Amino acid sequence: MSVSTSKTVQETRPAARPTVLSFWRRAPRLRRSAAFWTLVGPLVLGLLVFVYIPILWGLVLSVSRAQSTIFPTAFVGLANYRAMLLDPEFQQSLVTFFIFALFIVPLTFVLALGLALLVNSAHFLRGFFRSVFFLPTAVSYVAASIIWRLSLFNGLPFGLVNMVIGLFGAAPISWLSSPNPPWYWLVLVTVRLWLQLGFYMIIFLAGLQEIPQALYEAAQVDGVSSGWKRFRHITFPLLRNTSIACLILLLIAAFQAFDEFYNIMSGTGIITTRTPLWYLYVVGFNSQDFGRGDAGSFILTAIIVLFTLLQGRLFGFGRSLE
Amino acid sequence: MNVHSKHPDSIFTGISLKRRSRKHLRSHPIQTAFIYIGLTLCALLFLIPFYIIVRNALMTQLEVTSFDWHWWAKEPQWDNLNMLFNDLMAPMGSGLLNSAIIATLTTIGQILFASMAAYALARIPSRWSQPIFFLVLLTMMVPAAVTFIPQYIIVSELGWVSTLQGIIVPQLFSSCGFACFLFRQFYLNFPRDLEDAGRIDGLGYFGIYWRLLLPNSIPILTAVGVISFIGSWNSFLWPLVVGQDPSSWTVQVVLSTFITAQTINIPELFMGVAVAIVPLVILFFFLQRYIVAGVARSGIKG
Repeated sequence: MSVSTSKTVQETRPAARPTVLSFWRRAPRLRRSAAFWTLVGPLVLGLLVFVYIPILWGLVLSVSRAQSTIFPTAFVGLANYRAMLLDPEFQQSLVTFFIFALFIVPLTFVLALGLALLVNSAHFLRGFFRSVFFLPTAVSYVAASIIWRLSLFNGLPFGLVNMVIGLFGAAPISWLSSPNPPWYWLVLVTVRLWLQLGFYMIIFLAGLQEIPQALYEAAQVDGVSSGWKRFRHITFPLLRNTSIACLILLLIAAFQAFDEFYNIMSGTGIITTRTPLWYLYVVGFNSQDFGRGDAGSFILTAIIVLFTLLQGRLFGFGRSLE
Repeated sequence: MNVHSKHPDSIFTGISLKRRSRKHLRSHPIQTAFIYIGLTLCALLFLIPFYIIVRNALMTQLEVTSFDWHWWAKEPQWDNLNMLFNDLMAPMGSGLLNSAIIATLTTIGQILFASMAAYALARIPSRWSQPIFFLVLLTMMVPAAVTFIPQYIIVSELGWVSTLQGIIVPQLFSSCGFACFLFRQFYLNFPRDLEDAGRIDGLGYFGIYWRLLLPNSIPILTAVGVISFIGSWNSFLWPLVVGQDPSSWTVQVVLSTFITAQTINIPELFMGVAVAIVPLVILFFFLQRYIVAGVARSGIKG
């Protein structure tokens, strides 16, 4: 290594005793590992204390009774996991997630890809449109929830959407307070669409730029003129890796939904829209049952891992990781 | 000394969002017209919520709740801003300050710790490099939101509930993994000649990190930094859990308490939304290229 042979390296501060200095100079290996640990230390220490220890502690609490305390009071085995899995409210929250994912994942995927194709085929004002679609990424879920809940879909005649459907002679709809028909899904899905479409559009745009232009030229030579055929046989297959990445990111994001559900649905009287994370929040912080809360955390983690692996298997993980 | 182009699009090799010429693929004028009609309609839809914020923020409560739709305030009510900051129930001023402190420190800490570790992992040979890199990668796989109960337990054990460091430190580290991963990739490709030149000029390991690597990785640091700042400013669940005392509420938590208040003053609330969004929109306009480059990269993350 050139590191160990360089003799011109000077210490920035003069050492107290020449013996220590000369030892220090003659020990490049020691100096190297000192530098390594000083640079890596803060991150490693932080990860251990704030990521790994919490997870281990959580594992211990999940097999213990820890009601209103963060210390285990008794070993209960898998009782917390059992209680959580058999808890109808927890099951309900998983159903909520499934319904939500069923809408939000394909819709975001298709619309983001569509927007990316539209923006990509524009020559003029391309940057402007990209910025407009990407701008909502800077808005928080809380702010967007306020706009959706109190102005766009407030269920009163002065809400924008009710005003618009009023122009067509329809009666105002109370979007958030009627469990049947479940109009609140429209509110919850559109708010997230607005917030995240731009993000996925950018990912697709990056993917589109990766496609070699020569392929389209070859298709042109072969007489493939229809845009749909070009998309079907060139663009979409070559977006495979991008698409898999997007699907996984979308599913994980949907699974961790909390902000907009909490801010839009709390106080509306409809409790069937509690997401898994919201229910964990209730168990952990309203009932202060950390044993069950932690058990729930690990069940959710297991489900996410399972989903990711399953998706990887369905679409071929090996190729997505190249 | 700049080895890499300052142009943010090129900071990650292989990804460029710049248009390539497509002259040879003729598109019909009608097709072009449809594309622009589609784009314009979508753009209008996307801008409606922003318009709503400004419209509602400048109206009186009577105007907003009027059953006839008004497109714009008769007389813009700038006084709503005063009302917002003098509201005793919702500490907007301290909320903004808390959010600014939290987002800034989270961003700085994340970039500093991640880039330091990334440099060591990429360039200082050690038999611990592999295991440590694995440790870092593993945290990328752990969904951050799922760890919030275990993390809260540590925070409460440290006595950090309702403190800013209780919000900052765990948030900082749980998303440090991805930053470290990206930086390491970047430093692996850093020209060795430059590093050797620095060493001949008398730089030690820290000198090389501070004087050579950091200045030459400003685009990627900015990309990760802006994304982390936005994420931190907008995060809700973690500040809600840790910030139990109103003095430690962030902007998002303050806004959220408005919704569940007994009586809502809609213009005041939308003024609050505007105030919470403006800093990010400004940041967004100046640094958009960096954000785009960073987000484009996350598709490759998989």
